[in-house]
Amino acid sequence: MKRHALSTRLWHWLNLICVVVLFMSGLTISNAHRRLYWGDWGFAVEQAWLIVPRFPDWMTIPGYYSLSIARDWHILVAWPFAVGLLFMWVAMIANRHFRRDIETRPEDWRASAIKHDIAKHLRFDFEPETGKYNFLQKVAYGLVLGVFLPMMIATGIAISPGMEPTFGWMVDLLGGRQSARSLHFIFAFAIAAFFVVHLVLVVLAGPIHQIRGMITGGRHEA
Amino acid sequence: MKRRGFLAAAGAAFVAGCNKIADSDAGGRLLSAAEKWHMSAHRLLTDRTALAPEYPRSAVSPDFRGNGSVDPTNGDYPRHLEEGFANWRLEVRGLVASPLSLTLDNLRKLPQRTQITRHDCVEGWSAIGEWTGPQLSLLLEAAGVLPEAKFIVFRCADNLNGQDYYESVDLVDAYHPQTIVAHLLNGKPLPVKNGAPLRMRIERQLGYKHAKYLTAIEAVASLDGVGGGQGGYWEDRAGYQWYAGI
Repeated sequence: MKRHALSTRLWHWLNLICVVVLFMSGLTISNAHRRLYWGDWGFAVEQAWLIVPRFPDWMTIPGYYSLSIARDWHILVAWPFAVGLLFMWVAMIANRHFRRDIETRPEDWRASAIKHDIAKHLRFDFEPETGKYNFLQKVAYGLVLGVFLPMMIATGIAISPGMEPTFGWMVDLLGGRQSARSLHFIFAFAIAAFFVVHLVLVVLAGPIHQIRGMITGGRHEA
Repeated sequence: MKRRGFLAAAGAAFVAGCNKIADSDAGGRLLSAAEKWHMSAHRLLTDRTALAPEYPRSAVSPDFRGNGSVDPTNGDYPRHLEEGFANWRLEVRGLVASPLSLTLDNLRKLPQRTQITRHDCVEGWSAIGEWTGPQLSLLLEAAGVLPEAKFIVFRCADNLNGQDYYESVDLVDAYHPQTIVAHLLNGKPLPVKNGAPLRMRIERQLGYKHAKYLTAIEAVASLDGVGGGQGGYWEDRAGYQWYAGI
C-alpha cells in the first residue's frame, strides 16, 4: 500500500504552485493599497487597523509593480486553486483519508495527550503512536484544508463586486467587504506561516524521504 | 543573509518563469481567458437584474474619496465649472434611432433613482455614497438603440496623462436597474473630484468603470475602433480587465 494516495500527491503539488502564484501576485495587489480596514468601507489612514509594509519586487509577481498583470495571474490561478481544493475534499472523503488520518478523536483532545504530543515534537520525534499523523499534524492539516484554504476562496468571492448580488449574505457574514479583504490577507499569511513550519518540519524529518514520498507515494512502513 | 539571498534567487527564478509564460502567446491568451471564465461564472450565478447591496443612510462614509482625475483642467471643463455647468450637454449617439442632446435640467426632470451603494476601487479601498440620477435604460430607450449595438461607450471630458478617459459596458450592465447617470452625491450636486456634473454608476463592477465628467453615451457594435480598442482608458493604458466584476 502506498503511503500517499495519487489524488493527494497530485493535489499537493498543484496546490503548492497555486498558493505560491496567488501569494506572490497577492503581494503586488497589496502594494496597490497598503492599508486594511474593518467593516464595509475604508479608504484613509485614520480608518485603517493596519498599514501593511510595501513588499519588495523580488517577493512579487510579476517582479515589478503592475496591478493589472498581478490581477491577471491572481484570477487565472484562482480557478485551479478552487477546483483543486474541491477535488481534494471529494477524494479524501471518498478514499477515507480524511476520516482515517486527519479527523481527530475525542481522546486526542485530552490535555495530557496534547502535552505528550508537544513534548514529543520538541524532541523532534514526529512518529505517531497510532495512525498516520500525530495530533498536531492532524490539527494543522485539518485547519489548512478545512479553514485556511476554503476561507481564501470565500473571502475572495466576497471582495468581488460582481458576485455580491448573489453572495451578499456571505459578505455580511464576514463583517463587510473591507473585513473580508482584511481576512483574505490574514488567512493568506496564515497559509504562508503553515508553509514555513511545514517546510522546516519536512527538513527535520528527512527531506529526501519526505519529498520522494509525496511524489512516488512511497511505501507504507509498518 | 545567505538564506535570504537564496530565497530571493528562488523567487526571482520563479517570477522569471511566470513572466515567460505571460509573455508567450498561449500564456497571454490563457491570462485573458480567465477574465471571461469569471464573467461567465458571475453571469451564470447572478441574474442579469440582480442588485448590488444598498445600504441605509447611516452607512454613508463621511467622505467619498476621489481617484484618477480629480480636478480636470483640460479643454472647456474649467469654463463649464465656472458657469455652474449651465451649458453642459450629454449626448446620446452612435447606433441609435434618434440621437439626443440633454441639458442637466432635462436629466433632472426624468424619473430619478436614488441608491446608497458601495464603491470598490481596483486598488482595494471602498467608500459608500448616496447617488441620484435617471437610469441609463431610460435614455437608451428614448434614443432607440439599434439591434446591431452590443456595447455602450461612455465619453468623458477629462484628459488623464494625455489620453481622453472613456469606458464601456455590455448591454446587460447598461440596462441594469442600478446603472444610473448620477448628478447628485449625498443629495448635493457632484463634487469635482467625484465627476461633476455627471458620472456613471455601474454598481456591480469596480470603480474604474464608473466614468466621470460624462459628455456622451455612444452605442457601438464593437469596441475595436474605440480608443485603443480594449474598451476603456485603463484597459488600453495598463491592461486592466474589461470585465471589472472581480
